[in-house]
Amino acid sequence: MDPKVVLITGASRGIGRAVAEHFAALGHKIAINYAGNKAAAAEAAAAVQAAGGEALTVAADVGDSDAVAGLFETVGAEMGPVEILVNNAGITRDDLMLRMKVDQWDDVINTNLRSVYLCSKAALRGMLRAKWGRIISVGSVSGLSGNPGQANYAAAKAGIVGFSKSLAKEVGSRGITVNVVAPGFIATDMTAALGEDVTSSAAERIALGRLGTPQEVASAVGYLASDTASYITGQTIVVDGGLAL
Amino acid sequence: MERSEIETKMVDLLVEELGIEREKIAMGSKFEEDLEVDSLGVVELLMALEDNFDVNIPDEEAENISTVSEAVDIVAAKVNG
Repeated sequence: MDPKVVLITGASRGIGRAVAEHFAALGHKIAINYAGNKAAAAEAAAAVQAAGGEALTVAADVGDSDAVAGLFETVGAEMGPVEILVNNAGITRDDLMLRMKVDQWDDVINTNLRSVYLCSKAALRGMLRAKWGRIISVGSVSGLSGNPGQANYAAAKAGIVGFSKSLAKEVGSRGITVNVVAPGFIATDMTAALGEDVTSSAAERIALGRLGTPQEVASAVGYLASDTASYITGQTIVVDGGLAL
Repeated sequence: MERSEIETKMVDLLVEELGIEREKIAMGSKFEEDLEVDSLGVVELLMALEDNFDVNIPDEEAENISTVSEAVDIVAAKVNG
């Protein structure tokens, strides 16, 4: 595949960073979006360069429409139109429904779902012009199976699935595919925050008997972006080691 | 810019960008009904118009365009306005 411009939201850490490194190793140009952790973004950029890719870091709250406009302007000016978009930015604000504040709901919906709408829309123009594009969003098994304490997160992640199916139908005739990768328990800062008890009891429910790595999610994202996956659209690939079986 | 010039360019774009047969295109042609352009095709045409005429057509105005002539009107207003 020719070198492409790849924008990954929330790419300073965890799965996003692993995706950035995966595409960097293929020689692509990588735009690393991050919310606020400049040091982590710089580390991710250094890793991308070490892996053989060009790197650009852009701070932007992807739940905010002005910030997203600015993000795409910067990437467009520095690297060119986005050809592969990976909607990865995500947060959790877990709580039982009866205790969940409206802010916890809104923050999660904005960062995890509104961002997917804003970024995909911004990327589409260039993709329609090129008659080629890949939009891959990171969902979650929470959005497919549900998870107590995560009504907000599960709603956002399930929303991504419906969004992607609809958009896949809208733009499929123009060579653009839209898919979802739904990870299960992956060893990142987000799952580390749950504590060892939760992660070790989760591992017992996983067919493969262990948490996944960010790289194992990144390789599924990479597959969907590749020419090998050119006839796959509107799909959700579950990468959970057999958790949701 | 002369209206006839915009009309000529519009027809060229319809042929080149959307693959419509030149003979089928009249100023009164409706994009979706007469020219079988799907709704996404109309959006693509607007993008091509923006690039070619160096204008910006906001979504609110784009929604009102259903015929070739209406698209010419909007571009003419922007270019000459």
